[in-house]
Amino acid sequence: MRVTVIDYKAGNLTSVLKALRHLGAEAEVTDGDLAPVEAAERMVLPGVGHFAATQRLDATGLTPAIRAAIARGVPFLGICVGMQWLYAGSSEAPSQPGLAHFPEHCTRFSESREKVPHVGWNSLEVRLGSRLLAGVEPGEFVYFTHSYKAPVTSDTAAITQYIEPFASAVERGNVMGVQFHPEKSGATGLKILGNFLSWEGASC
Amino acid sequence: MLTKRIIACLDVHGGRVVKGVQFVDLIDAGDPATQAARHAREGADEIVLLDITATHEGRATLLDTVRRTARELFVPFAVGGGIRSADDAAQVFDAGADKVSVNSAALANPMLIDAIGRSFGAQAVVVAIDARRDPQAADPIRDAQVFVQGGRKPAGRRVVEWAREAEARGAGEILLTSMDSDGMRTGFDCELTAAVSEAVGIPVIASGGAGTVGHFTDVFGRGKADAALAASIFHFGISSARALKEELAKAGVSVRLPC
Repeated sequence: MRVTVIDYKAGNLTSVLKALRHLGAEAEVTDGDLAPVEAAERMVLPGVGHFAATQRLDATGLTPAIRAAIARGVPFLGICVGMQWLYAGSSEAPSQPGLAHFPEHCTRFSESREKVPHVGWNSLEVRLGSRLLAGVEPGEFVYFTHSYKAPVTSDTAAITQYIEPFASAVERGNVMGVQFHPEKSGATGLKILGNFLSWEGASC
Repeated sequence: MLTKRIIACLDVHGGRVVKGVQFVDLIDAGDPATQAARHAREGADEIVLLDITATHEGRATLLDTVRRTARELFVPFAVGGGIRSADDAAQVFDAGADKVSVNSAALANPMLIDAIGRSFGAQAVVVAIDARRDPQAADPIRDAQVFVQGGRKPAGRRVVEWAREAEARGAGEILLTSMDSDGMRTGFDCELTAAVSEAVGIPVIASGGAGTVGHFTDVFGRGKADAALAASIFHFGISSARALKEELAKAGVSVRLPC
């Protein structure tokens, strides 16, 4: 299967590409060329770093191309900042809009005695019926590293507790996002990426 | 619940894993890629590869080692040793590392932390600090000194202050090695680890001195560490991360199990 991985120069893509290829995907990278997005069969938007870096998606014209691909029903997975970008925006860069596929905003973890960023392996409470997280059992762990997070809503596919409950995965139709790094989450992470790669598309 | 991380550390010299006490009397302990894969399989939450050669000639060997090690590794992978510029870091990331660890180069040029953080994000920058208590000082913890060159030369900085500066410049984690305890298997320096962990808002990885399960329980409790690095305890089949974590779980420490 072919996957288009979008490079917007927010950190390195090596780990994501390696994991996708390990699972048998043919992964191609685009960093501004619209043609691969227009022809995409499946898309991954990775991202480690600052929400402001998503400005590059607007500057290169990728944002409307991605929106169109999503409207066509292309399965889409956002990882970390790539998930946050699916929301209306983030308090990390208030002037930079997100895709607003989900209407809420991402915010920083509340002040507490706990450390921010949230770094390390944490567990998932998977909501019933998640296709992305199918087969993930209670007590499986995934690797996080982030300071901002999405709120729990009806689109939330998994909840994780750190300082407060937040959406560690989101899923609606062909659009999915994970706050954690499946490419760095051992067998559990590969299972999740595998679910994304084998997802056949909306049944409607 | 966020778990405490057990990190396997591979000291690499000339493309081979080595083990010594306080950086001398090195013993060959295998191939880095094989060892890293084994640690991941046996439950390590993260792998750190430290190139202790760190010479100019060794760069190509290191990048090749990183590439081979990263190929089949699907847990976080940090690489340190000889990273002196953002370009050096970029090469190591391209080879497959998720984080770089900077030490003496960051002391010589603290802007290096800012530069790598700006390009790759704070989560990708670990600042490693080699620390020694100052037994002459009125407060040996507050006045603990940063050392370079494998613990031989004082850098003229206090540990806690340098950790704070590293955080302010954009480090995502601190890897604190007690040079007094390193390789001794007499336990982590819990007082010093706690002092650093309380001084910064980013995770602190404790290193140096692991010998028993109790040492880990101590450093996660009293030492307030977020993660702990174990080198000698894992080599030569002494113990696996999984076995260590099973013992830690019995002692009430939250760890990633099953793994």
